[in-house]
Amino acid sequence: MESALLLEKTILVVVVFAITLFIAMYSTLVERKVAGFMQARFGPDRAGPFGLLQPLADGGKFFFKEEIIPAGAHKALFIAGPTIAMFTACISSAVIPWGQELTIGEKVFTLQVADINVGVLYIFGVVALGVYGIMIGGWASNNKYALMGAVRAASQSISYEIGMGLSLIALLMITGTLSLKEIVAQQEGFVNWNIWVQPLGFLIFLVCAFAECNRVPFDLAECETELIGGYNVEYSSMKLAFYMFAEYINMFVSSSLMAALYFGGYNFPFMYDLGLSQNWITIIGVLVFFAKILAFIFFFMWIRWTVPRFRYDQLMRLGWKILIPLAVANIVLTGIATIVKDTYF
Amino acid sequence: MSVFYFVAFLSIFFALMTIFAKSPVHSVLYLVITFFTFTVHYILLNAQFLAIVNFIVYMGAIMVLFLFVLMLLNLNKDTEPLKSNLVKVMGVIAGLCLLVTLAGSFRVLEVTGPDAVGNTEIGLVGNLGKVLFSEFLLPFEISSILLLTAMVGAVLLAKNDPKNA
Repeated sequence: MESALLLEKTILVVVVFAITLFIAMYSTLVERKVAGFMQARFGPDRAGPFGLLQPLADGGKFFFKEEIIPAGAHKALFIAGPTIAMFTACISSAVIPWGQELTIGEKVFTLQVADINVGVLYIFGVVALGVYGIMIGGWASNNKYALMGAVRAASQSISYEIGMGLSLIALLMITGTLSLKEIVAQQEGFVNWNIWVQPLGFLIFLVCAFAECNRVPFDLAECETELIGGYNVEYSSMKLAFYMFAEYINMFVSSSLMAALYFGGYNFPFMYDLGLSQNWITIIGVLVFFAKILAFIFFFMWIRWTVPRFRYDQLMRLGWKILIPLAVANIVLTGIATIVKDTYF
Repeated sequence: MSVFYFVAFLSIFFALMTIFAKSPVHSVLYLVITFFTFTVHYILLNAQFLAIVNFIVYMGAIMVLFLFVLMLLNLNKDTEPLKSNLVKVMGVIAGLCLLVTLAGSFRVLEVTGPDAVGNTEIGLVGNLGKVLFSEFLLPFEISSILLLTAMVGAVLLAKNDPKNA
């Protein structure tokens, strides 16, 4: 690999990483602000104007808290748990196309870290890996509540991965490619967005994304009323913060995936009719993409303060008996529609 | 080539660790790392699809289930059933028989066919799909029936007998 390309990619990785962490950091504040708004109160407003310095104060507090590793815990795995959770959360953004090409002088920059032709599957692999962080941490804590939380997280994640995969297969049947870059490029303008042809698939994907992120109403892994704190009950200080941070990063990545797969990614209506140059289209496209992502993050929070938590058997029934059959029906319908379209139109 | 030897060394090292680990949970975790090194092997062979599927299915699903069961059973040294020497000897002999069979089959294996030789692009999704759904359609479907059979069997075993319920 030539060094210029290496430098370009390194800069892109650092920028994407910084934006990811920044959004995850401020999601913690926005979440409490949204909670305040929903419950007719202010939310944090003491640290800085509108409480804007609250995430920094939280971070500082987490760093200076006492770090406790329980005597009965398996030390190496106890440390490995949050590390894996954070690592897998961070690497999943590598294949998301943030925008089109940007031309500076003679050089063309692609706003995507890695365009691999199995991009969708890569995301799946990383998501599947994410559950190890919770499982290892929960088991290494040597605490029955942590173990129960870990076991719940594992079974929930496996169950909803199937529904998620099946809902994506219908999408892939339409797009005909596994590369995220091409999937987004196909959804040019407004009428070509995949949501118009795959509404059911999107709904299933959305529900599964909530479950994969361990968010309310599917946060059975950290159900306080039954498990005290769930898989992270023995964790303190920055390790606990890593687990919570990984959750917010996962939320950001899921939001960007939904925006990219179903809502056109960086595409916006009339993008080629306004007479803008390619660079401006790219820049506006990136901003539009982030607006879509933020809308989804707000939706995640909105649901959290609206819907109560499921019971565990209800969760499993929803996953196996409702979502998976629906997803299979969606595949069959998509197949029939494709054949009908090819034959008669 | 040196990358291959390094990854191969890691594969064998972690495979051995899987066998020699005292705790079953550690053993499974070493097995996960072993599967990860297999994924790296596939990437070195430019078989992207196989690499990522190996990653998702083996590391992401099967090993999580293994870990899940082991954590629930909470096996440790005290509860582990001790095996007699006779069983150990039988295990060694059975394993060696498998090794001899594998070595024999590899010795007579001939790499032929236009798809296998000289085509480094065969591992990419599009090419693999075309081959699977045309030339190898029958074996592909039969193996899916095999998996279905295993699934039906597992459900049957897990289901309560109505007479005992």
